[in-house]
Amino acid sequence: MTTAVDTVRDTPFVVGGRTFHSRLMVGTGKYHDNETMARAIEASGAEVVTVAVRRVDLDRSQETGILYHLDPNRYFLLANTAGCFTADDAVRYARLAREAGFNEFVKLEVIGDQETLLPDVQGLLDAARTLVKDGFRVLAYTNEDLVTALRLEDAGCAAVMPLASPIGSGLGLLNPYGVRTIKRRLTVPVVVDAGVGTASDACVTMEQGVDGILMNTALAAARDPVGMAHAMRLAVEAGRTAYLAGRMPKREVAVPSSPLEGMLD
Amino acid sequence: MNDAIDVMVNGERRPVARGATLLELLRSLELDPRAVVVEHNRTIVRRPRLGDVTVAPGDAIELVHFVGGG
Repeated sequence: MTTAVDTVRDTPFVVGGRTFHSRLMVGTGKYHDNETMARAIEASGAEVVTVAVRRVDLDRSQETGILYHLDPNRYFLLANTAGCFTADDAVRYARLAREAGFNEFVKLEVIGDQETLLPDVQGLLDAARTLVKDGFRVLAYTNEDLVTALRLEDAGCAAVMPLASPIGSGLGLLNPYGVRTIKRRLTVPVVVDAGVGTASDACVTMEQGVDGILMNTALAAARDPVGMAHAMRLAVEAGRTAYLAGRMPKREVAVPSSPLEGMLD
Repeated sequence: MNDAIDVMVNGERRPVARGATLLELLRSLELDPRAVVVEHNRTIVRRPRLGDVTVAPGDAIELVHFVGGG
């Protein structure tokens, strides 16, 4: 993978044996209309696009589904188990999603609390073990707890996805240390999922060295989703490149940039 | 009505013809079998088998697809 400048060489972004070109993954929920969604996803440059599994509305069955707007040859569809509160439910949704026939990847969510949508890590681990055994490539949405992340890796997850802040909150990266620690300790890719609100959040998150970011509401709820998608694309690339380039050390005192010699008397 | 039975489709009670298959149920709902995944009494029924499985009174059928999500 190359960034905008040749001097900064990046490693390929590989999840579950598949190489992706963009480190930005995007969701498809909460858009005002499907046309805006399609244009925003295009502007984001994302290749991995998440979708949810829900009942068909039997009274409106003639409507065009979301897949009509997402060419499976162009985008990698990543089904989620959003809305599941137990391991059994999440496994059920994952199996239904796989049956839709795109791939064996699943973004696993097992939610433990309605208000914060924080994960139920025990249910998450149970579901992850079952799904890995069943042949799934599991990308597990979790909190920024290192031990849970290590357990998920041990369970065979293809990627671990710590949150920046609660889903849909737009509060940005609340625990850079926690996310950085997870990245440092894990071998599998770490993709921050949820909570990024604007481009600076995405940039700071990527500067922690994580492998990627998944976001949805930051685009869908922006005044101009297409414009924000473009900004996020740049921010993810900027943050990644800055991480690779290595930031200067922080100092508590000023250090002059101009020479002290050659000053006039 | 001897020739109709009630089944639960996506949580709603619906009458279907006795002996109807899942494929016939989809047709009656004007659903494209390629666009939905069918779960019959908690078991996923793959597309090629939809015409082989008949529904019985009280069966629980879930018809799902992909929607926007994060």
